[in-house]
Amino acid sequence: MKDSKSPIQVILYEGTGTALTDPSDRLALMANLLDQGYSVRRVSENASPRENEAASAIIVLGKFSEAAPEIVDNSGTTRIETRDTTGLSHESILEQVEEARESLDAEQNQPGANGAWKPWFPVIDYDRCTNCMQCLSFCLFDVYGVDDEKQIQVQNNDNCKTNCPACSRVCPEVAIMFPKYTSGPINGEPVRQQDVERESMKVDITSLLGGDIYSSLKTRSEKAKSRFSKERSPDKALDERKRCMIKLQQSGIIPPEVLAELDLESLPSAEAIQQKAKEVAALQNQQG
Amino acid sequence: MSDSSNRILYCRCAFSQVVPAKTKEEVLERLCSSGRDFECVSDLCEMSARRDDRLGELLEGDENVKIAACHPRAVKWLFHQAGIPFPDGGSVEVLNMREDTAETIVKALIDE
Repeated sequence: MKDSKSPIQVILYEGTGTALTDPSDRLALMANLLDQGYSVRRVSENASPRENEAASAIIVLGKFSEAAPEIVDNSGTTRIETRDTTGLSHESILEQVEEARESLDAEQNQPGANGAWKPWFPVIDYDRCTNCMQCLSFCLFDVYGVDDEKQIQVQNNDNCKTNCPACSRVCPEVAIMFPKYTSGPINGEPVRQQDVERESMKVDITSLLGGDIYSSLKTRSEKAKSRFSKERSPDKALDERKRCMIKLQQSGIIPPEVLAELDLESLPSAEAIQQKAKEVAALQNQQG
Repeated sequence: MSDSSNRILYCRCAFSQVVPAKTKEEVLERLCSSGRDFECVSDLCEMSARRDDRLGELLEGDENVKIAACHPRAVKWLFHQAGIPFPDGGSVEVLNMREDTAETIVKALIDE
């Protein structure tokens, strides 16, 4: 999902040379297309022209009075298909759109479909973020990174565990949002003073684990270091991670259902955790 | 008919149920019967995650933009995260379908 490919853009054209669509039909068609994951633009004669078209594939739908015109993008960057929808049912129009999408070889992330990706990822409010790196330190899945100026940013949103808002709960500035979350301020609602105070308390909870989760893991890892280095036992490493998971579960920071779905084998190794802890500490030192 | 000084963008929030269905249905219905040109996206969050080039297109130009979506703080930084600067000068207004009624949203979108 991280690439910049644009899925298909549908244009509902109701300008010159076409008949108007009844508003109730327009509503049903638009709602259906949107729920299938398409972007839709309603365009009449009065529409402002677009200087640049960002979509790489477009389907133009219209009740054309004559045969649907062939439209070609002279720049060659946008592939365009036209379809006459005169007399067609919504279902038939959707079939036409799907057929056109396939002929344009355009990708589609369809809501609710098998394998569809739910857009669950953190969004940083840089008006609040102080670049403290708590999120980078906390996240086990490398969702966060830093840019060339050592500014925290979301780099791997695909790695984020769906429905897990844990990093936003440890953010001392309430700067991390998950727009699909149900309640505020994590969902993007305005932040109130009591939210800031509550989030600070949550950071204190994580400090009970040893400063942060990585520190906790690191401490545990160091305690077991001699055993690890001698035996290099994957089973013991897994046990260590399981114990850490139980502690995380008890803390209430990560939702139990998210923890239950975690593949412990996929979690970073003790060595990787130590390495990351060092890198974050170095970044924090650079921040002063 | 269409007011060329004011572009309308509607987010369906199709990948989640966090925007009340009744509100988003009613807003779309009123837009469809308004005779106005408007733009609809299936899910702004999903577009932001993909760094969709069209997000920039939605805000470019001299027109004021009104976005019917969710919490303004979230929408602003969704665009930013996709690499699209979000104008602070008031040319973009975000209307919150999670909190406000359809009537309030529609009035702000088209009944100026």
